[in-house]
Amino acid sequence: MPTIKYIEFNGTEHEVDVMSGTTVMQAALDNMIEGIVGECGGSCVCSTCHCMVDPAWTHITGEVNSEENDLLDIVDEREETSRLSCQIKVTDEMDGLVVRLPESQY
Amino acid sequence: MANVENCVIIGASHAAVQLMISLRQLGWRGSITVISDDPNMPYHKPPLSKAYLSGETTDEQLALRAAPVYEKLDVTFKLGETVAKIDRDGKSVVLASGEQISYAKLALCTGARVRPLPAPGTNLAGVHYLRTMDDVKGIKKSMETSKNAVIIGGGYIGLETAASLKKLGINVTVLEAEARLLQRVATEQVSSFFRRLHEEEGVEILRNTQASKLVGSEKLEKVFCSDGREIKADLAIIGIGVIPNTELAENAGLETDNGILVDEFAKTSDPDIVAAGDCTNHPSKIAGKNIRLESVPNATEQAKAAAASICGTPKEYNELPWFWSDQFDVKLQIAGLNEGYTDTVVRGDIENGRSFSVFYLKNDKLIAADCVNNLKDFMFTKKLILQDQVIDKAALSDETVELKSLLT
Repeated sequence: MPTIKYIEFNGTEHEVDVMSGTTVMQAALDNMIEGIVGECGGSCVCSTCHCMVDPAWTHITGEVNSEENDLLDIVDEREETSRLSCQIKVTDEMDGLVVRLPESQY
Repeated sequence: MANVENCVIIGASHAAVQLMISLRQLGWRGSITVISDDPNMPYHKPPLSKAYLSGETTDEQLALRAAPVYEKLDVTFKLGETVAKIDRDGKSVVLASGEQISYAKLALCTGARVRPLPAPGTNLAGVHYLRTMDDVKGIKKSMETSKNAVIIGGGYIGLETAASLKKLGINVTVLEAEARLLQRVATEQVSSFFRRLHEEEGVEILRNTQASKLVGSEKLEKVFCSDGREIKADLAIIGIGVIPNTELAENAGLETDNGILVDEFAKTSDPDIVAAGDCTNHPSKIAGKNIRLESVPNATEQAKAAAASICGTPKEYNELPWFWSDQFDVKLQIAGLNEGYTDTVVRGDIENGRSFSVFYLKNDKLIAADCVNNLKDFMFTKKLILQDQVIDKAALSDETVELKSLLT
């Protein structure tokens, strides 16, 4: 089971075991990690599950898709490696993945 | 356990799950008991008519939270159980089984139920409503052998269902009692767009007519319409709206009026009872009056306020309402409430295209927008509405002007 590390804006770290096949967003909700809201439940319509993927992992988490890109465009704190975590499906290869969370999802 | 305070939550959907999580986050140390007549563990409702119906989403993916979450939250579930009454004097709820559960705090997340179709034949095999996971399991079973479906009701649920079935190769006819689709919730322009979309995709839309009789020997065979038409069908799905579940509250003497009446802190007329989600009628500063909403963002945000009230740290619920719907390749997002609009502005090609926005203005201020395949417009619209300032209409309609530039 892959392990994902979430780092909140204030530096708090959460290392959690995650089932392959779920999303980085759902795994955060399932572990009650504050900082991911997921208002739309992962339908890619709200941009409240924004995270920044550690640069060492972007080749594994893949590219931003076009709908996701539109939503990220309006996020205040968008960075080079910003993603919507509902669009990252967890695979075995992602064992050790590190994502940082923004100060606010609104 | 006897002296541990118990919070009882009636209902186990979006509002209930957010409420239990928020309770623990805010430090509720008592026990939490969740009672629901739905036998399934909490699941996402919006995909039911979309990805779950079409088979893209599995049962596991439909779960609102993974099972271990509820263990961590230390929640006791009583699923498949009906609450018979609330005894406010004795501070307990009584189940249909006779079991009595006492509460220190009570949260009503009772949701809404489908409006029944007033026509004979709705008990036939092949005739379904669509509200719960089990409803959709039933539909999927019927779908295995069906070729011709009639969707009764041209609202969001009906249209989403029509799109899901059509994509799976089933012939679909939609019956709408009113003169246009989405009559209650959308403006004429947007209704016309959805009619065009469905017709382009091969769905037959019949307006100004309703199902007067469903007929078959054991299984549905035909739908008779009020205009005399007869439609051959082996599957019918009824989506003609919902009714808020207020009876428990009403019988307990709580104030109700098209929903359980709550204040901006999600409190009912009883200080120990809160309510959240589709079942509530609540004040909205943005709308300038009391409203009842049927939406997930409303359920979760109001549930946070309800949990805060229970924990004695009140937090006002005053969010901008928003909604979404997926049909074929179209993603509709609605920001705000357009009621009382005095003017509309269209941005993009609503006549022929599948990507545009319709803005609703009141006294030259933006109050709402319907955005079709236009995620960016939608996100900026939310900000522009909250800005609450007179807006440049020419700029709104001009696609070369970025909405971002209108933010002050």
